Amino acid sequence: MNKICVYLITYIFIIHTSLFAYSTDPKEFVSELVTEVISKLSDKNLTDDEKAKFVEEIALENVDIKALSLYTLGEIRKSSEKQILIKYQNTFEKYFLKSLTSRLSDYSNSDFKVIEADKKSVNYTIVNSQIVPVDGGPKIKIDWRIYTKNPEKPLIRDLIVEGLSLARTQKEEFSSILSSNDNKVEILIQKLEEFINN
Amino acid sequence: MYLIKNLKILLSVLVILLTFAPNAQSTEECFENTSRAIFKFNMAFDDLVFEPLAKGYNKLPDPIKKGTSNFTSNISTLLSIPNNILQGNFKQLGHSVGSFAINSTVGIFGFLNPAEKIGLIPHNEDVGQTLGHYGFGPGCYFVLPILGPSTLRDSLGMLADTFVDPFAHITLREKELLSTSGNTLDYYSVKITSSIDFRADNDKNFESLEANSIDLYSSLKSIYLQDRENKINNSIKEEDDWGGLDN
Repeated sequence: MNKICVYLITYIFIIHTSLFAYSTDPKEFVSELVTEVISKLSDKNLTDDEKAKFVEEIALENVDIKALSLYTLGEIRKSSEKQILIKYQNTFEKYFLKSLTSRLSDYSNSDFKVIEADKKSVNYTIVNSQIVPVDGGPKIKIDWRIYTKNPEKPLIRDLIVEGLSLARTQKEEFSSILSSNDNKVEILIQKLEEFINN
Repeated sequence: MYLIKNLKILLSVLVILLTFAPNAQSTEECFENTSRAIFKFNMAFDDLVFEPLAKGYNKLPDPIKKGTSNFTSNISTLLSIPNNILQGNFKQLGHSVGSFAINSTVGIFGFLNPAEKIGLIPHNEDVGQTLGHYGFGPGCYFVLPILGPSTLRDSLGMLADTFVDPFAHITLREKELLSTSGNTLDYYSVKITSSIDFRADNDKNFESLEANSIDLYSSLKSIYLQDRENKINNSIKEEDDWGGLDN
């Protein structure tokens, strides 16, 4: 009986991890990940909640949300209290996951093609890709900033859509909110919470 | 001759820029409260006018939409020609001239885009970009009624565009060029159609941005400034400000 349980647990663990085990090569990593996300988002047998849950799990595993949250805070992160930073990071994660699903669903009816990868440094590789809407709309160029400090676990840090960095846009949006509120991170957290709860 | 005549006006614009905005930073606002109020007005105007027009435009058959988009893009190539000369970018000048010549003839007045199929893909260039090319900073940022986000450099550039653009020359100024003439209505019809085409193309992006922004004004400001920066450099700037987060 114990043996069966061990087998079962091992089997479930292998199945579960294989769901999110993408290639360690940045180009393959992006290709496999996006192909799977597009396939799930366009699956008519899945409910919206199931799709959202899937995207959240993928994002938590493959996007460097922690670094992204600190990046979007700009220089203020260096002078903020640790407790506030932790609260901000937790709130940012919820905000990011909520906004991600709706942003990605725009691309669910599209073909995806990885063009090439450009290794910028030991830490970064930029993967160039193209989204071609099935309805014949214009092609969209998307570059992926992949953090490769740990070569065994590449992580997405930024998406550059037609030359526009989503991380930079987010950072500048937050910077404006902070500068008009005496650089109080608590106010930014409050605004993120309002978004999450709406 | 036409270009040389209008260079005087462009030089005057340059002098104004040199006088008022030599070192202003792109993130600085000229008058943020006013800009935010204008932005609100623009959003209301978009809800009432541009968005319904864009949604209606998107319902048109694809060949009509594509043809309209090609037609307005082909006309906007005319503005790129003098700006490519001013920037000394002769490779792009070849693309602009070649594309305009082929699309206006073989492409039936620009409704088709055969030039793209033979690899002629012109970049849109304007006076704001030319000034940026020569190192003029953007100056402070503000929002114009209806026209949207801008900077001091780009607003002056927009004004200068009407002096160097051959299309504006024959329509706005009602002058004849190569036996072609037009009127003011032609100019504004093309500009408005081009704006509706752009708005329709980006309808989903606008909706997504509106739904996911905490401060839409700042998001659009960031997007505008990034886009202009990329257009001036003719490349995408790699953000390298992650330094402290690479450990």
